[in-house]
Amino acid sequence: MSSQRFRLREAGRLDRNAPLKFKFDGKIYEGFRGDTLASALLANGVHLVGRSFKYHRPRGHLGVGAVEANALIQVGEGNSTEPNIRASQVEIYDGLVASSQNRWPSLLFDLGGVNDLLGGLIPAGFYYKTFMWPRKWWMKYEYFIRRAAGLGKAPTGRDPDRYEKMHAHCDVLIVGAGPAGLAAALAASKTGARVIIADDQQTFGGSLNRETDCYINDKTTVDWCKDVVATLEGLPDVTMLPNTTVSGYYEQNYLTLLETTKPHFFKSTIQQTRHRLWKVRVKQVILATGMIERPLVFANNDRPGIMLSSAIREYINKYGVTPGQNPLIFTNNDDAYRTALTMRQNNINVVAIVDVRENPDSELFRQAKEMQIPVHVGFAVVTTRGYSRIKSATIMKLSSNGKTLTGERKVLGCDCLAMSGGWNPAIHLFSQSGGKVKWNDELATFIPSEATQNVLTIGGCNGTADLAKSLKEGLQAGISAARLSGNKAHPPATPSVQEPVQSETRFVLPIPTQKNKFVSEKVFIDFQNDVTLSDIQLASREGYNSVEHLKRYTTVGMGTDQGKTSNVNALMLLSQILDCEPEQVGYTTFRPPYAPTTIGAYAGRNIGNLFSPVRTTAINPWHEEAGAKFEHVGQWMRAWYYPKVNETMRQAVDREVTAARTNIGILDASTLGKIDIQGPDAAEFLNRVYTNAWLKLPPGTSRYGLMLKEDGMVMDDGVTTCIKENHYHMTTTTGGAASVLEWLEEWLQTEWPNLKVYLTSVTEQWAVAAICGPKSRELLQELCTDIDLSDKAFPFMGYREGTVAGIKARIFRISFTGELSFEINVPRSYGLSLWEKLLDVGKKYEICPYGTEAMHVLRAEKGFIIVGQETDGTVTPVDLGMDWIISKTKPDFIGKRALSRRDIIKADRKQLVGLLADNATDILPEGSQIVEEVLPKPPMSMIGHVTSSYFSPNCGRPIAMALIKSGRDRMGQTVYIPLKNKSIAATITNVNFLDNVSK
Amino acid sequence: MIEKREKAKSRTSTHKENKYSLFSLAKNAVSKHKNWSQAWRSPELKPEYDIVVIGAGGHGLATAYYLAKEHGSKNIAVIDKGWLGGGNTGRNTTIIRSNYMWDESAGIYEHSLKLWETLSHELNFNTMFSQRGVLTLAHTEHELKEMTRRVEAIRLNGIDSEVLSPRAIKQIVPIIDINPQLRYPVMGGFIQRRGGTARHDAVAWGYARAADQLGVDIIQNCEVTGFNIKKGAITGVKTVKGEIKANKVGCVVAGHAGVVAEMAGFRLPIDSRPLQALVSEPIKPILDTVIMSNSVHMYVSQSDKGELVLGAGADSYNSYSQRGSLNIIEGMLAAAVELFPVFSRLRMLRSWGGIVDTCPDASPIISKTPVKNLYFNCGWGTGGFKATPGSGHVFADLIAKDEPNSIAAPFSLDRFVGGYLIDEHGAAGVAH
Repeated sequence: MSSQRFRLREAGRLDRNAPLKFKFDGKIYEGFRGDTLASALLANGVHLVGRSFKYHRPRGHLGVGAVEANALIQVGEGNSTEPNIRASQVEIYDGLVASSQNRWPSLLFDLGGVNDLLGGLIPAGFYYKTFMWPRKWWMKYEYFIRRAAGLGKAPTGRDPDRYEKMHAHCDVLIVGAGPAGLAAALAASKTGARVIIADDQQTFGGSLNRETDCYINDKTTVDWCKDVVATLEGLPDVTMLPNTTVSGYYEQNYLTLLETTKPHFFKSTIQQTRHRLWKVRVKQVILATGMIERPLVFANNDRPGIMLSSAIREYINKYGVTPGQNPLIFTNNDDAYRTALTMRQNNINVVAIVDVRENPDSELFRQAKEMQIPVHVGFAVVTTRGYSRIKSATIMKLSSNGKTLTGERKVLGCDCLAMSGGWNPAIHLFSQSGGKVKWNDELATFIPSEATQNVLTIGGCNGTADLAKSLKEGLQAGISAARLSGNKAHPPATPSVQEPVQSETRFVLPIPTQKNKFVSEKVFIDFQNDVTLSDIQLASREGYNSVEHLKRYTTVGMGTDQGKTSNVNALMLLSQILDCEPEQVGYTTFRPPYAPTTIGAYAGRNIGNLFSPVRTTAINPWHEEAGAKFEHVGQWMRAWYYPKVNETMRQAVDREVTAARTNIGILDASTLGKIDIQGPDAAEFLNRVYTNAWLKLPPGTSRYGLMLKEDGMVMDDGVTTCIKENHYHMTTTTGGAASVLEWLEEWLQTEWPNLKVYLTSVTEQWAVAAICGPKSRELLQELCTDIDLSDKAFPFMGYREGTVAGIKARIFRISFTGELSFEINVPRSYGLSLWEKLLDVGKKYEICPYGTEAMHVLRAEKGFIIVGQETDGTVTPVDLGMDWIISKTKPDFIGKRALSRRDIIKADRKQLVGLLADNATDILPEGSQIVEEVLPKPPMSMIGHVTSSYFSPNCGRPIAMALIKSGRDRMGQTVYIPLKNKSIAATITNVNFLDNVSK
Repeated sequence: MIEKREKAKSRTSTHKENKYSLFSLAKNAVSKHKNWSQAWRSPELKPEYDIVVIGAGGHGLATAYYLAKEHGSKNIAVIDKGWLGGGNTGRNTTIIRSNYMWDESAGIYEHSLKLWETLSHELNFNTMFSQRGVLTLAHTEHELKEMTRRVEAIRLNGIDSEVLSPRAIKQIVPIIDINPQLRYPVMGGFIQRRGGTARHDAVAWGYARAADQLGVDIIQNCEVTGFNIKKGAITGVKTVKGEIKANKVGCVVAGHAGVVAEMAGFRLPIDSRPLQALVSEPIKPILDTVIMSNSVHMYVSQSDKGELVLGAGADSYNSYSQRGSLNIIEGMLAAAVELFPVFSRLRMLRSWGGIVDTCPDASPIISKTPVKNLYFNCGWGTGGFKATPGSGHVFADLIAKDEPNSIAAPFSLDRFVGGYLIDEHGAAGVAH
């Protein structure tokens, strides 16, 4: 085991009494509770943790948190492994297993590293220019490209963890709990506003946690932060969400937050919630997302050990780890001096500060001098050396315009390089919100300008670097946000702040490289995707000058860090090349999420049984007990058929179909869509949505109707009944229930708002048992004594209310089988009881339950259509031979005009016909295509297809329905169904098989 | 004849160093890639063109390319309100297939697929057309029957397709869950092995470069503000960069077709809605085939870079803002996790939206319009990318000849008057 050689004796805030062991690439290391994988590896001197995407260059830790571009690690094993995790975002625990990725055979010796030597051959977009010969070989090249690409590996099985969703509303959402965010929370919460404050770190405080040279109200920043957090924790209307990344900013101030609720990879025997996806609707958003430090652009700026300066400060002050014993600082601003001073305070030997500025003049500069840190002003690091870790840096004097190098080369040995190239506000969420950004010359970066939603930006997100100003902005924003969301507020006192004053930054981009070298050295812009300075130049040379073209051609900013450290540098370089203002180059649009977000969290609990939950009827328990086979119909699970022991599906269906025509069949028809329609204009409404006449339907009667879309095509069908004046009960197809209701509502609300009609879905309210067959009246008579069921008193298409088996019921005498049939509707809770009673009493009539398959056969025997089977959105009532249902006298109905169009009245349209295979044992496959003439091989001209096909026991042979071009003119003709292995000949007939074939 | 040869000669000599190959790559490596010429010029807008194509997406650039190459049109401009390839060309999930049920659709998409098969060579630009197969799943009895109908129609149209059992699907896609207890179990599927994906940006760039080499002016950041129409015929286009005279104008502006048609004084039967897609972080290969599932509204493939590319259904409301609603993403990802449990721990990297223009019958419009010499190519809905070469090819033909060829003819605007719709919504999926 390695000792923690780079652990500092005193600094940091972790639990040194809790040592933990973890494994990285098979080797066991030690860290402390509170460490991240990155800080623990650094404590053990491990910088080399990954390989880059394209060149497989050795890479180390670059930054902390979501900005990390290099240190992507595979964490965990098997089902619970996760690829591409940033080492600085993994809290370690005892037994953690992690490994490096995208390397073979090992991290130190990676064969893919050969790409680095081929660099000259494979610049940006090289793949667009080659791999084209021979023509068919792309798939072979691609095979190897695919295996070389990708980063980590997917898990091997089902996710053992669980994800939840939270829904919340609040007055103020504060994103980021750094100084500005905390100040805003403090101010807003005092007004009584409902506040949520979220931060992606486990500890609130943001930059306050890494600074030791600032004081707020004479307290250290950490102590001030603790006080504020304690205050906020005591307020009932404040929700504090650490470990929570605000990932998406959608319309109407709707934001998503991903909360991590258990340490990332902690193994547990019970299933735990790992993430909660918060969906929050906010009155006023405050973005206090801070700033992201920018790398400097110089040759070989990617070696392990080269890190962002502020990250190093964070490792020292928060984790008590120094990334090196002999660090070199390379900067264009004052902030990096704080890193140097922090290191020196921790007795680390700072090799030197290399500052591109010619006359830095600030307190920090003087302090560095006083502490006798060598400072090379006007110098720049021009290249570095070292393989698995930086060993030395070469520095040279910059010319006054920063474009060339002068003087001697000096080589400085070091084991770590802290770089600071300025700061970029984290404007991602602001941009997602639709806000506009503008270029700021002083900061050389984009800052928020115009908001389009209720959002305020404060502190670093606004480009404000100093603490005092950030706190002030935070307090003001907190107050105004609370006011905007309707709460009363008084501004709290502004705290006093002591902090180092910083002077100007000098932007030298890129740092010039030395010429006349044998090998051109790579200057990296995007570390993860290996986009170099020359790639940017090449893209521009080739005309990819739009910032979006640049991004897509070079892939800059398209890695898992989404360009957090590369985008601004890239577009500054592009603007230099194009000789225009960065403002004109513009910025690519930011997309959600801010940082990669676990897919399982979006799925939440809506998987397994809760994924599109199955609907079942009140009678379902009986079907299950009876051993029914089920089929999915829309959202419903319906009994398909009821096989007896040793019965095949065909045998069961034949038995059910026969029973329904000879004795009694009983069907659970509860799934049919049911819409209750009321209002003085209900009849007029029906008259417009159905093709036939509805104005004169008397109470107590039903009528069958077809609904068309505007284009004249059949959309749905069903029976609608007049319960009483201005009150109707509509039925729809099972699958069409929801869409028909939406359709009707759309017409009512947008086209006919003057009609007084009210629609209510009652599908779930009624359970329906349909009894069918010659003896069904006798059966019903036994259970229903308060209705005269005689044909005269209760004719076909009649409707009565009464009592069945002691239950108040609605009875419809309608039929989908052609047999005498009653559909008995009772309140859902009585459904099972009714069903059982009917079966019980029906025993002596040999009642037989039948499923959806028998129902299909029964209706096909009579030539009745099923919408969605005989129709597919391209079929008119005329095509179906149902001209009789189209009113010739009504002034209008939906689809009327369409039915008179040129191509709709053509004679060669596909028409519904019956089809009987010449060989009476052939069952035509449903969906098979029909031709006039079978050719030896395709293509063949098709004239139609088989819509339904069954064996009909009542006809004693297979029957089929088909849509065939000019079908009704082809009665008696032979057509062919060319299957893969054989062709079947069939004759076109009428669709009413029962009356034409069997009799 | 002589003229032709000279033209060919001048073309090769002007753009000699621009030829892409392994050889030229190696040669340029020596000169540190300093000698590559621009993939396309940035010409000044001329006051007059024979043909102006509005919309520098894949379809528009392909149109210009085929006009120049096959119809000898010389004076062509392609204008775009933004950067070329910035609309749906650069926002789709890059799926290519031709396994459509109706003859008319099979005609255009198969024509396109055949062009895809030689496109990289044709353009001398690697569009990375990868025939890794497109597998469509069936999850219900009803879908199985619909699948039979579709597969039989495809087969009889002479296009490749193959029915697969759940077990055969599992062999091709080891990470898929074929447990019959799933809410939407995998009951079968069919694959078009010639289908696959291509690199969407490369298609736009490849056509842009090839068209540019044939003399086509590509003018970016040149938004159209109106048309000049005299006696019912187009005479020019008004743009933010000034007016352009034009004898013919072809309009290919997916996502904004309705808006531009309105400028010309007519309406299109089009709904514009946001459609979303997303990618995961890159991972090592786990999915070699494109998977589509209609009943759960999701489709997925893995890019060469290693990202899973997932597409969802369209939002149900009309919009021109290129972003969609979160609930669509949530629903689609739940479906994805159901089918592919290993996706759960992977992470979404980026999500985005594009605007799809959809006709009532979900088929496109390639057509003359009420304005003479103004042509529209639009309404590709959620699946226009796959049609890029074929669409450009037949649209060029229409513009050049002022008559649609047999492939384009069924897609005329007139079909909404006559009622000869090509309904590609798929079957309604309802039953009693």
